[in-house]
Amino acid sequence: MTDKKAPKNNPDIEQTSTCDTTEPSEKNKETESVSPSRRGFIKQMGGLSVASLMGTAALLTHSDDAEANTTWAEWFQGNYRLMTDEEKEQAIARLERRYTSEFGKQVTVDGTPAQEGVLFGYALNIQKCIGCRRCVKACVEENNQSRGDKQEIEWIRVLKMEKGEFTIDKMNDGYPGGYGIQVGGNAYSAAGVVLEGEHYYEPKKVPESDSFYFPIACMQCEKPPCVKVCPVRTTYREPDGIVVVDYNWCIGCRMCIGACPYWARRFNWGEPNLSSKDMNPKTHYLGNRPRMKGVVEKCTFCIQRTRKGRYPACVEVCPVGARKFGNLLDPDSEVRRVLARKRMFRLKADANTYPKFFYFID
Amino acid sequence: MRKIIKFTTDYVGYVVKGGPKFYAWLGFLGIFVLFWMYGNYMQWTEGMIVTGLTDQVSWGLYLANFVFLVGVAAGAVTVVFPAYVYKHKALHEVAVLGEMLAIAAVVMCLLFVFNHMGRPDRVWHMLPYIGIFNWPNSMLTWDVLVLSVYLVLNVVGGFYFLYMKYTDQKLNKLFYMPIIYIAIVWALSIHTVTGFLLNTMPARPLWHTGMMPIRFIITAFAAGPSLIIIVFLTIRKNTKLWIKDEAINMLSQIIVWCLGIALFLTLSEVVTDLYHPTEHSAGLEYLMLGHNGLNRLVPWFWSSLAMMVVAFVMLLFPSVRKNHNKLVVACVLAFVGIWIEKGMGLLIPGSIPSPIGEFTEYYPTLLEIFNSIGNWAIGFIVLTVLLKGAIGILLGDIKYAKE
Ligand code: SF4
Ligand code: SF4
Repeated sequence: MTDKKAPKNNPDIEQTSTCDTTEPSEKNKETESVSPSRRGFIKQMGGLSVASLMGTAALLTHSDDAEANTTWAEWFQGNYRLMTDEEKEQAIARLERRYTSEFGKQVTVDGTPAQEGVLFGYALNIQKCIGCRRCVKACVEENNQSRGDKQEIEWIRVLKMEKGEFTIDKMNDGYPGGYGIQVGGNAYSAAGVVLEGEHYYEPKKVPESDSFYFPIACMQCEKPPCVKVCPVRTTYREPDGIVVVDYNWCIGCRMCIGACPYWARRFNWGEPNLSSKDMNPKTHYLGNRPRMKGVVEKCTFCIQRTRKGRYPACVEVCPVGARKFGNLLDPDSEVRRVLARKRMFRLKADANTYPKFFYFID
Repeated sequence: MRKIIKFTTDYVGYVVKGGPKFYAWLGFLGIFVLFWMYGNYMQWTEGMIVTGLTDQVSWGLYLANFVFLVGVAAGAVTVVFPAYVYKHKALHEVAVLGEMLAIAAVVMCLLFVFNHMGRPDRVWHMLPYIGIFNWPNSMLTWDVLVLSVYLVLNVVGGFYFLYMKYTDQKLNKLFYMPIIYIAIVWALSIHTVTGFLLNTMPARPLWHTGMMPIRFIITAFAAGPSLIIIVFLTIRKNTKLWIKDEAINMLSQIIVWCLGIALFLTLSEVVTDLYHPTEHSAGLEYLMLGHNGLNRLVPWFWSSLAMMVVAFVMLLFPSVRKNHNKLVVACVLAFVGIWIEKGMGLLIPGSIPSPIGEFTEYYPTLLEIFNSIGNWAIGFIVLTVLLKGAIGILLGDIKYAKE
């Protein structure tokens, strides 16, 4: 964890730069691609076990037999969705052992299943969001994503949408207007296309007067294209509507990344970088347990919290209360009340994916 | 049974022996395999972080080559189809070489798929019964299915033919012909399904067009025979097997037709998308014209187009088709042009911009290039060996000797 990437959680938004100036991992990684090679060589000198070839190198640094057996058992385990309760228990126990020794602290892996009569839904007030990215940071801390320059994974991205300007002197600049209305240029030569927005903004202060903010993450689609394309059904919809990934079953083909219309999925291009200090030991099998290299991950509505009746981390942390969460099947839940009273929409409704993530304005 | 053992030993004995040229060629390819071993070792131990792929552009060089090579595999049918359906004599004599090419191409496809996968060690998760084969939902499972069946059809058909020739027996038509006809239709299916693999994702507007499968097939039937002509001419030069001019003529005519149609389809797509460009045209616009200074793919697009146009115009002239020196030039242009069109011209701009409108450029890393060239080198080693054995049998150099 590099400190320069971790903004101090200062509650006073108007006065400090609370903005996480996160460089996207996806870009950083490119410049870094030479140095890991050298590291690999050193690792090789240290001796290469068969199990490390199976992609579990990290845990075998102090290889003893019991651990190696655990690794093999993990490698041979079936898909979580199809396991019997007993197998699930075993898999969970195995993981707890592994994580506990790997991170040097007591780690629990929860397997709480979906409760009946629950369909989770989310609503976000874009009018209120100030773009401080606290949710992004809280999410990373809660969900054990990889940190650091080499590979930084964030599930939430906050898009900054410029409000656009209409001034006479800009008429010929080809300045793309933020409302999606073309400013400048002419009917034959378009000045610019405005796409959804950008998420690398680094202002001194938020909110900026010329922008509004639009956070995105996995929409937990009711008709998820990512699930349909997965060749091994490792990503699937749980009965409470959360789309999950069994990280131990994913083959890393990235079909789902191609199919997701919301760019919600992230890939562990290298071994995730998560120090034991930063590691959140309260995990769920289908949620925030540490991932391995070569597999896909994404937002799970904080399954480890919400299945225990808590709010997702992003909901708790949002300083302006822009985020609402609850059971869509319960008419009295916060999210249902929002849907009943506010003007709402879903992102990219044309994709026909029926997100359970709604946007609203007061 | 003894015959089969004898066939195997004779065949292997024949293919590993060769002149200095043969070894020099294999040695040349072997150098790339060394780089490939290094590259694969790195990717295996470090993960895909050693590639230039990102969350924004998560499908790159590997999958581009895969898509192209599926086309080459399917393109082999341009030898088999005229040979058996139109009873084309000259092609009929060498049809088995087409099957050998198909085998080598599918082998390369598999190598590229393994490179593309983040967890190749978990490939067994896809096997029916022990794993989960998400069929018929996932297009990828369809692709696996059609490709592996295609491989089996070509291996069985090709080696059955060679074995019968080796033992000097008559082909059992009832067994052999159905394999051939099924393989012909199957060749279409592999590239169609690969088209569906991409174009069934509305999240990627550049790919989301019904034109995809037909464009795939048409370009495959130009790229495939281009390679075959080059291979055939090499065989004529270096072995005693004389592939007749009519065979090469037929193939060059197929190329010119298919190239023409391919260019027409490209034109239709460009006009449809760019007459009034919407957000869905952003990928194509980026590919052709760049976006605010991000224009890494632009030279690839235009050079590919130029190569295809030049190859097409050249091949329109019978004098070029008859002059084999010029013909090779046209074939190389067509082959390379289509290779670019599949990769830099289709696969990569499909991810740019990303579904949320972000433009990220993609640079393959050196290791990625090592691995890709290595996969090609291995494919060519397989191809060389397969062709050598097949030619030996066609020539009668390998024959079953009764004691
Ligand atoms: S937002 Fe993307 S990853 Fe999430 S369920 Fe929908 S398609 Fe899948
Ligand atoms: S990357 Fe993993 S989750 Fe995604 S489609 Fe492939 S196997 Fe399924």
